[in-house]
Amino acid sequence: MPNWLYQRLGDRLFAAVVVLLALGVVAAALAIVAVLYFGGREAFATFGFFGFVLGRVWDAVRGQFGAWPPLLGTLITSAAALSLAFFPALSTALFVVEFSSGRLRETVAYLIDLLAALPSVVYGLWGIFVLVPLVRDHLELPLFTWAAAHAPALLPILGPPTGIGLLSATLVLALMIVPYASALARDALELVPQSQREAMYALGATRWEVIRRVVIPYARAGIFSGVVLALARALGETMAVTMLIGNSVNLPYTLFGPASTMASLIANEFTEAEDDLHLSALIAVGFVLLLIALVTNLIATWMLRRMSHGEGRR
Amino acid sequence: MNLRRRYLRDRLMQLLVYLGTLVVLIPLFFILYYVFVQGIGALNWEFFTRPPAPPGEEGGGMLPAIVGSLIVDTLALFIAAVFGIAAGILLAEYPDHPLNPVLRLVSDVMAGLPAILMGLVAFVLVVQPMGHFSGLSGSVALALIMVPIIVRTTEGVLKLIPWEITEAGLALGLPRWRVILSLVLPAARGGIVTGLMLALARGAGEAAPLIFTAFGNPFLTFNPLEPMDTLPLKLYVYAISPYEDWHRQAWGAALLLAAAIMVTNYLARRAMRS
Repeated sequence: MPNWLYQRLGDRLFAAVVVLLALGVVAAALAIVAVLYFGGREAFATFGFFGFVLGRVWDAVRGQFGAWPPLLGTLITSAAALSLAFFPALSTALFVVEFSSGRLRETVAYLIDLLAALPSVVYGLWGIFVLVPLVRDHLELPLFTWAAAHAPALLPILGPPTGIGLLSATLVLALMIVPYASALARDALELVPQSQREAMYALGATRWEVIRRVVIPYARAGIFSGVVLALARALGETMAVTMLIGNSVNLPYTLFGPASTMASLIANEFTEAEDDLHLSALIAVGFVLLLIALVTNLIATWMLRRMSHGEGRR
Repeated sequence: MNLRRRYLRDRLMQLLVYLGTLVVLIPLFFILYYVFVQGIGALNWEFFTRPPAPPGEEGGGMLPAIVGSLIVDTLALFIAAVFGIAAGILLAEYPDHPLNPVLRLVSDVMAGLPAILMGLVAFVLVVQPMGHFSGLSGSVALALIMVPIIVRTTEGVLKLIPWEITEAGLALGLPRWRVILSLVLPAARGGIVTGLMLALARGAGEAAPLIFTAFGNPFLTFNPLEPMDTLPLKLYVYAISPYEDWHRQAWGAALLLAAAIMVTNYLARRAMRS
């Protein structure tokens, strides 16, 4: 092979191929946005963007599509699951990093990682056959009968105690994002230099004071970006929620009763969508979900970036 | 604050952390326990070697779903690896390339997008032009999920390779591409494979994007241009079905899936350490 071919052309060619394939990744990302926007255009054109997003009726039979019920369902389940999951996740991460060592630490860390990788359908299966009967018989029915006897005003808020509905879906969702949030928080806590802790101990601080005054402030940005990423995960979580939430788009939602989220609505109705408008409305719901996920992810990315520049600064 | 109160508070918070950890670990342990106990009974010879029985009848197995999972996931991993590794090389080995900031942002954001959206994209881009559901469209959806994971791990691993290796190669008069292909990539092989396995484990468990791409197929097929079943998809369909025997098989599929992912993650961890 002539030298110039090997040296010059080889380098150019290799760089060109690499850049081209990398452009493919960028193009795929752009394609996601474009496909969902153009796929949902018919629905946006028919109802108007805000008319669609804030429309309170989703009725495939009458051809009336508003994304507000699933949007509300997504916001409720994600926010509730995140607030349920936050402190347990943080304490698990603290346990692994600060309170345990050796074999115990490795086992718990491995278990958490394993559960973060467990597929959503498996959580859903467990939810249907284990959690739903449990929640129905030991949480919903007692509460419901109590409310029926003592506070009938609560009944419309509680809804039918069937076990399948908002409450079960939220519980499983919380359970699912705990390992994920915990693993991310752990990564952030592990980045805190040992010297910081030692300095604090040298001043006579107790373990909790070290955690409270040094470890958590230092890892704060990492913990919060982990929380935001866990939120993004909860927003888009599909299978477990679809299997447990009961898939009803009729407002108002009740605590125990069926509801739906954007992801569950798409999973549930997409293969049954008959006419173009229904299909387009479902893709439009996907576009709205994309917008929300994009915003949450950009916030998390921005926080992580900031962390890598100004670690530990107040 | 006096010393006793500080100690008390320390103990109290320690107790709370322990409690919080237990609150997390107990239900998670129960999930693994149920998957194992319920699933082990369903895993028999028939489960691995037979196509499913007609609805409502006893027996039948998961052969088409197992084969479908293997084909769809391998195909997805192949597509994702080609793009992902190249993008990782660009980020790590050409740090000044103008495309990099965009590429990094894009892959960070893509990693957090809901999996079901990838299914919608594959539906519009592959299923609609083809006119029917197919295993290939499922692979495209899964590849979109895998790519950002591969990009990130590849970049991370390549950056860990000592700069001296590159310098040594360049000093020998080797061109850039030769240094990357023959020196840097082989040195990083273990880490890249780890990334591929993590991506595979992530994609193999997804059912959401496959509902309207791979769609499911009760008959055994090796042709990715036809609709295909995969384990997570079958698990979902069986779990929400009214048949007792299908529920049993769903637990079996859950155990198989969990075991496969456990093994992949374990191998990936070990490869990462070495």
